[in-house]
Amino acid sequence: MIHFENVTKAYSRQKMPALEHVNLDIEKGEFMFLVGPSGSGKSTFLRLVLKEEKPNQGKIHVAGKDLARLTNWKVPHLRRQIGCVFQDFRLLPNKNVFDNVAFALEVIGKPRRFIRKVVPEVIELVGLEGKANRMPDELSGGEQQRVAVARAFVNRPMILLADEPTGNIDPATSIGIMKVLDRINRTGTTVVMATHDAAIVDSMRKRVVELENGRIVRDQSRGVYGQAY
Amino acid sequence: MRAQFVLHEISVGLRRNLTMTVAVITTVAICLTMFGMGLLIRQQVSGMKSYWNDKIEVSVFLCVKGSPTPVCRTNGPATAQERAEIERQLKALPQVEPGGVKYETQAQAYERFKESFKNTPAFVKSTSAAELPDSFRVKLKNPEDYKTIVGAMKSRAGIDSVVDEQQVLDRFFSILNGLQKASWIIAAIQVIAAILLIGNTIRIAAYNRRKETGIMRLVGSSNFFIQLPFLLEGAIAGLIGGIVASGLLALSKVLVFNRLQDYFTFTTTMSWSTVISTIVLSIVVGILMCAIASYLTLLRYLRV
Repeated sequence: MIHFENVTKAYSRQKMPALEHVNLDIEKGEFMFLVGPSGSGKSTFLRLVLKEEKPNQGKIHVAGKDLARLTNWKVPHLRRQIGCVFQDFRLLPNKNVFDNVAFALEVIGKPRRFIRKVVPEVIELVGLEGKANRMPDELSGGEQQRVAVARAFVNRPMILLADEPTGNIDPATSIGIMKVLDRINRTGTTVVMATHDAAIVDSMRKRVVELENGRIVRDQSRGVYGQAY
Repeated sequence: MRAQFVLHEISVGLRRNLTMTVAVITTVAICLTMFGMGLLIRQQVSGMKSYWNDKIEVSVFLCVKGSPTPVCRTNGPATAQERAEIERQLKALPQVEPGGVKYETQAQAYERFKESFKNTPAFVKSTSAAELPDSFRVKLKNPEDYKTIVGAMKSRAGIDSVVDEQQVLDRFFSILNGLQKASWIIAAIQVIAAILLIGNTIRIAAYNRRKETGIMRLVGSSNFFIQLPFLLEGAIAGLIGGIVASGLLALSKVLVFNRLQDYFTFTTTMSWSTVISTIVLSIVVGILMCAIASYLTLLRYLRV
């Protein structure tokens, strides 16, 4: 589903490359944690998958497409196959839960009948049934992140990228978010989650890839966060 | 494409940015009015030129009883003999078109006078047919040869003056051309102001909507769909500016161009169809200008 072949990415302003000779294969339906200290290249990895950045070297395939050959006007179609969740939720404060989720479908031109059907389903999937009319500032952090997950998943993407989704949430609530991500993963969606949260990684027992200074230093199936931290 | 969604985004954008939108509309309206005025003046000039081109004549006015010029006072009114002699000479001139010499009696001159000044009846009333000179209307093969006619006819007995209508018209045209240039210069300045204002408005709008556009990018909205609300925001401001301008242009037809006839008897009437085609052109120019300015701003400030 995601295939990195000898990928190097250096930002022009920095001496050290953000990613160096990275080889990685993520299969369809896999759940993978991407761990490592700040600045180890986790975010760069996610940005490369979204084609927000281009690698200096190497090949990237996402959802069967060679990103180097993907023209700019086709990038939106790639991104429709990828859902994104962030640490800071990124909800629209002037729209309620339903409209926030529906927004993702409206802006890719889905018909209203379709939106009315699938949005409530996804809101229920993330455990927010009955809260569709709430505004974001009426929700707890965990609930807001559930809305963000619903928005990322409502178009049924093949891949879900999560960049420290539990970074702003207390541990108890984080477990709920992880359950939602796990449920999404069980529908066949590939989930890649970058995180600092050792407890979560240890409890999930999924594949763990550790980055350090832009290199993969560990790739373990059913791994833990790591002894060094 | 979800029309309702896009329209909603636009109306929110326009309202959130109301003061800037009003500034854009005002500037665009002035700009388009000046642009349209320039076009109308040009239409007026070319309309008059084509109307007058085959009618332009040199008038040879004869002395009548009571002519105030010194020539006439010393020579007295033209006699029938003098008149016949002048006519013969005019017809003999090589620059004059064959059959291009017509005699206009005082009665005919009075009819024309009444027609020309029908808007100022008091003036007509105070003038009698006897005061108006009879004249020869001479058509030239080439209007530029006016000077030779003047030279040949000037000192003849019985002739009051030789007047070239071309010269009168040319003076009028040069005034109109000056006005046209002035209105186009104002339009050009307003174009610059409008483009800068639109740039600013769209920049603010892009900043205000950065969250929305960021999410749109992430969920795979097409570039066109992301840019569309901004482009339409600009285009709608341009359209409203154009509508205001068309009102002003219609007003200028009624208040300025129609009035010209009251003061300058030789102007031709501007038709409504001319005004309407000018208005349509102005609105199209306004919409395009705003949409293009919006787009250029977006290229800089909206990452897609």
